[in-house]
Amino acid sequence: MDAFHDWQLSRATPPINEYARDPMATSPRATQQKFEPWTDPDAKPYVRIEKVTKKFGDFIAVDDVSLDIYKKEIFCLLGASGCGKTTLLRMLAGFEKPTSGKIFIDGVDMTAIPPYERPVNMMFQSYAVFPHMTVEQNVAFGLKQEGLAKTEIAKRVGDMLELVRLGQFAKRKPHQLSGGQRQRVALARALVKKPKLLLLDEPLAALDKKLREHTQFELINIQETLGVTFVVVTHDQEEAMTLSTRVGLMNHGEIVQVGTPSEMYEYPNSRFVAEFIGSVNTFEGKLIEDEPSYVRIESADLEAPIYVDHGVSSAPGATVWAAIRPEKMHLGREKPDAADNWASGVVQDIAYMGDVSIYLIRLDSGKVVRVTQPNVHRHADDRVTWEERVYLTWHPQSPVVVTK
Amino acid sequence: MTRLIQRLLPQGRTLVTAVPYLWLLMFFLIPFAIVLKISFSQAAIAMPPYEPLVHWAGERLMQIQLNLDNFAFLVEDNLYWKSYLNSILVAGVSTLLCLLIGYPMAYAMARSSPSTRNILLLLAVLPFFTSFLLRVYAWIGLLKNNGLVNNALMGLGLIDQPIQMLQTDFAVYVGMVYSYLPFMILPLYSNLEKMDLTLLEAAADLGCRPWQAFLKVTLPLSLPGIVAGCLLVFIPAVGEFVIPSLLGDPGMLMIGKVLWTEFFNNRDWPVASAVAIALLLFLVLPIMYLDRAQNTAGEEGEHK
Repeated sequence: MDAFHDWQLSRATPPINEYARDPMATSPRATQQKFEPWTDPDAKPYVRIEKVTKKFGDFIAVDDVSLDIYKKEIFCLLGASGCGKTTLLRMLAGFEKPTSGKIFIDGVDMTAIPPYERPVNMMFQSYAVFPHMTVEQNVAFGLKQEGLAKTEIAKRVGDMLELVRLGQFAKRKPHQLSGGQRQRVALARALVKKPKLLLLDEPLAALDKKLREHTQFELINIQETLGVTFVVVTHDQEEAMTLSTRVGLMNHGEIVQVGTPSEMYEYPNSRFVAEFIGSVNTFEGKLIEDEPSYVRIESADLEAPIYVDHGVSSAPGATVWAAIRPEKMHLGREKPDAADNWASGVVQDIAYMGDVSIYLIRLDSGKVVRVTQPNVHRHADDRVTWEERVYLTWHPQSPVVVTK
Repeated sequence: MTRLIQRLLPQGRTLVTAVPYLWLLMFFLIPFAIVLKISFSQAAIAMPPYEPLVHWAGERLMQIQLNLDNFAFLVEDNLYWKSYLNSILVAGVSTLLCLLIGYPMAYAMARSSPSTRNILLLLAVLPFFTSFLLRVYAWIGLLKNNGLVNNALMGLGLIDQPIQMLQTDFAVYVGMVYSYLPFMILPLYSNLEKMDLTLLEAAADLGCRPWQAFLKVTLPLSLPGIVAGCLLVFIPAVGEFVIPSLLGDPGMLMIGKVLWTEFFNNRDWPVASAVAIALLLFLVLPIMYLDRAQNTAGEEGEHK
């Protein structure tokens, strides 16, 4: 099962709290109609990353990244390992200094400010919970450092432990806790300082699958309760899609695309984005007709051209890629009448997933295409089967044409 | 039949664990028992120079005479407890100096790059390649009145007269710290090297300046290493005999020297044995306590 369907499946399983069951129904985000400060030209970014580059010797970890993150966002930096996302996060925390460029948080230039003076807290991937302190002492650590009064510290620690449901574990040492509990200690310890910005480095990577789903929704819930801005680093697109208001996909130190989860999925700006998020069939081809209202693409892999019902900004004759998601293709036995947007092939493999079935179709050109079909009917005797000749069709809106 | 033999023969695992136990029995427990026995006997001009504990009085009467005079003597003569106290003082100060010098060294080693780390580790162990005795003798050459240090200082015009360094407490401390420093560095290094550095980042993230993070995170977490290093220095330093006799004031009271004198000069084996037994008790009890404390700390560390 590919990760994206995995994610869809995981959403179908009933989560534990009410926010999670339908985040839009009860969350503060829903009351605002739409939470899209990035579309508002007057909105002031809360975190501004300005042309930041970080080099380690000759290696460029982060390459001229500019990014605006708004208040109360959950912004996910997504990418494969080594793409620079963690370095970028560490620069926000102050553990690394940018080689060039500037970082502003709430309008203040943070570039030269050491981590212990930043209004930013981090939840580490390894949690970095102090092993020689109890849960309570761990959570109180940052507040003691601020020199707050004892009663105030006790109150805030108590409240925070209740919020992350660790109240009864206050006196335990970290080695007496499970992984999930330690994760919540790390979260509480960072949140109790009321940071302007909470940085989370692979917050769920060390948890098992069930706990991860559970915790994802808990994180969203806590974030909405406290209204803290989150920046999350993850290599897991499923995690990014579930958690974030917006995703920034990184590759080789650069931000490739920034957008909401659905923008990233439905409107990828490059082959890399299309292929990184979810699964996709890409057809390399040439523009044979290039009109403002439609384009036609001819691909060596397909018998019929691809017809897309919107214009593309590219020179005629240029190489382009048409990306079609597996669930946006239809499977049939009848040869379609249309001149465009179809392909024929033989069923090579079928994976029955319950809600959907995944078909791998080997086209006559030899290319293998992935198609998912919902299993709407319980009994379908005439389902397409192995080695059967089938025809694929898709809507002219479905292909995304990318030029790189 | 063969099966019976097989069953009677110990299993492989038992054999392997038996080796160290046998070793300890042969070379620690039995000698200890002999020393304990001698400490309860009376000195005599004989071969060996003490009277046996067990007498045969008549045909069937076995008499065991336990002579507690030797231990009473240790308490009565203030030479002994003064030596004990002085030994503990010297060992304690040496341990403290080793800790103060060794901690930064171990810290620097643990935080250096892996390649330099190995070189530094080798350098820390390098003195062991020469004999301990030779190295202490070398300090005589350095510290004596017309030795290297005094000559250098006079050559630079900093002093007119050589400073008396040899045969002072200063020389003893120099020798002690020099000789035992690696025993402090190695356990500290292995402890500090294992430390998860993200804990320090977490501390910084929560508002600690680097020195605060050191005091609140590094130092408490390195406590097992500190305890191990201190024990490894303190225990041999208390009984140290060579360094004070070669570098120190001849009148300096150290229990190791007293032991030597009793044994070889006075040929009073029973009193010497009593001194040794008392020293052992002085050391073993607090060490056992520390060991237990460390074991519980170690258990917590394992579950990280």
